[in-house]
Amino acid sequence: MSGFRILVGCKRVIDYAVKVRVKPDKTGVVTEGVKHSMNPFDEIAVEEAVRMKEKKLASEIIAVSCGPQQCQETLRTALAMGVDRAIHVITEPKEYESMQPIHVSKILSKIATEEKADLVIVGKQAIDDDCNQTGQMTASLLDWPQATFASKIEKSNGDLSVMREIDGGLETIKVKVPAVLTSDLRLNEPRYATLPNIMKAKKKPLVTKKPSDYGVDITPRQEIVSVEDPPVRQAGQKVESVEELVTKLKEAGLV
Amino acid sequence: MDFDSFIVEGLKTTTMAAMIRCLLRTSQTSVKFVVRKESLQNARSLSSLADLPETHKMLQKSCRDFVDNELIPIAGKLDKEHTYPKDVIKKMGELGLMSVDVPSEEGGTGLDYLAYAIAMEEISRGCASTGCIMSVNNSLYLGPINKWATPAQKEVFQEPYLHGDRVGCFALSEPGNGSDAGAASTVATLDGDSWILNGTKSWITNGYESEATVVFATTDKSQKHKGISAFLVPKPIAGLSLGKKEDKLGIKATSTCNLIFEDCRIPRENLLGEPGFGFKIAMQTLDAGRIGIAGQALGIAQASFECAIEYAQKRMAFGSPISKMQTVQSKLADMELRTESARLLTYKAALLKDAGKPYTKEAAMAKLAASEAATFCSHQAIQILGGMGYVTDMPAERHYRDARITEIYEGTSEIQRLVIAGNLLKEYHAS
Repeated sequence: MSGFRILVGCKRVIDYAVKVRVKPDKTGVVTEGVKHSMNPFDEIAVEEAVRMKEKKLASEIIAVSCGPQQCQETLRTALAMGVDRAIHVITEPKEYESMQPIHVSKILSKIATEEKADLVIVGKQAIDDDCNQTGQMTASLLDWPQATFASKIEKSNGDLSVMREIDGGLETIKVKVPAVLTSDLRLNEPRYATLPNIMKAKKKPLVTKKPSDYGVDITPRQEIVSVEDPPVRQAGQKVESVEELVTKLKEAGLV
Repeated sequence: MDFDSFIVEGLKTTTMAAMIRCLLRTSQTSVKFVVRKESLQNARSLSSLADLPETHKMLQKSCRDFVDNELIPIAGKLDKEHTYPKDVIKKMGELGLMSVDVPSEEGGTGLDYLAYAIAMEEISRGCASTGCIMSVNNSLYLGPINKWATPAQKEVFQEPYLHGDRVGCFALSEPGNGSDAGAASTVATLDGDSWILNGTKSWITNGYESEATVVFATTDKSQKHKGISAFLVPKPIAGLSLGKKEDKLGIKATSTCNLIFEDCRIPRENLLGEPGFGFKIAMQTLDAGRIGIAGQALGIAQASFECAIEYAQKRMAFGSPISKMQTVQSKLADMELRTESARLLTYKAALLKDAGKPYTKEAAMAKLAASEAATFCSHQAIQILGGMGYVTDMPAERHYRDARITEIYEGTSEIQRLVIAGNLLKEYHAS
């Protein structure tokens, strides 16, 4: 079987190490001048695709990112990790703020069809909105099987055997290709972009498209009412024994 | 000739454009200049100082991620146990960091000196010792070899040293002369098909782990510094023994020792460049090396600054974090000022070198500024941390110890001032 063509979704998010600040007008968080990087789960998705290519399971990897101009940096990072080409679906910064998984999954599913992808791999969730929806919605729109929270992906005859991290432990399922996979933390450890690959990435193709090119309407379906800091953590109480703990819980009417 | 738009690329843009405009003004033709977008990335202009090109930003990020994950967690241990970071060097080699400006056709990374300076700062921010090893291999060892070695020499002495498997070293200083490099007392005499080396080289970084060295020896004493030649010596080799490892104040994870040559025989073909050319090779190599060391010093300065500002925002005294105090703010401002100034000088020197322009003065200025910034920032960082700055629990004391060498090696601060003044007197030669 000739290698899979893999579509990988890469979201540009505020870097995990940055201390996020809420805007004074409570409409969102401060993004101007703040360090951004590729969503860590998407890095894991890219790494998995690149490893599949190195194992000759995949023959081509395409990275996709939806958002403003700066998303090209994210895509170049993916190219430097070993992706073959990139598609940037450009939106205005204001439109990006209200973009939701439903929009992204429509775009991804259209691209998957157009590019005749065999696999769509995305991070299980983005670290900014924690929606955990894009992969699942994309599978639904394509009417493809899905294997989410993947911590191990192996080829099994013509299909894929995927170990998933679920609340009860680990579950292994078999999915037929084409399929949508979402990556979990323990799937792999992403590589650093080597300097020679950063140089090579400059020459790899990166095309810019618009959501309308895929017939997708990105008017928001939700309205953000307000964004606030979580409440300041209150001090707890120290107890000396289990009996005292039970007493205190009973007093508070919690038991 | 009739043209309404003209595509100009690369570094010659400004001078060529000016020349063309001048010519056309006389013929009263108007010209629109369109600079192709990609060429802006290569434009060796000052605008690069304000915002790094995308490739350089990406490599900076790659290095920073590597350092945060792989180097910072072990840097304290490397220093305490004086351990050569063999695994890290191998990983850095795989990333392309051990041969940054060796052309890709020859197996190197094929980037420029701006990229090298940025990478040096990032690595040294994590561990100054590792940065030192990286700079010796890149600038002092591969530098002269890439420029002056024959293809046959490169096969033996360059190729295996590109990817972190092997490192090289540079042997110029002697017990009798450091700054006075022209007085090399190590001699090389021709005996049939071999050169025989006799003498001692001191303060050689990577002395123990290196598997080859570039050695400078006098071949014709009557010519003084024009009688010095450069040689390639593999290690280990009969007639070469290593002195004891120096017990240093800082950069403890590097090995520094004497190389003792006693009737050490090397093939005649191991002469690097032309006879008598050694001093020039050394000086040109050190020019480039200074940019690397400036990068290292910037990394140390930046690390101590980050340590200080993070501490200052958490440490409470007199009811508030000490970052609210004017004296502390003044120190932080001075630290940032000196580091950023040195950084801009370093970038400028690198850009000049990449453009093929003379850069000796600027490299000396960069090394001088950066090393003094490193000692200043690490000193003030300890001051801000107070008692905590004096103990090994915090990295401030290590930065203080690591910073000190940057004002000494690859040309003391005093020598840098002489180099700068020498260039100034040539530039401002009274007519």
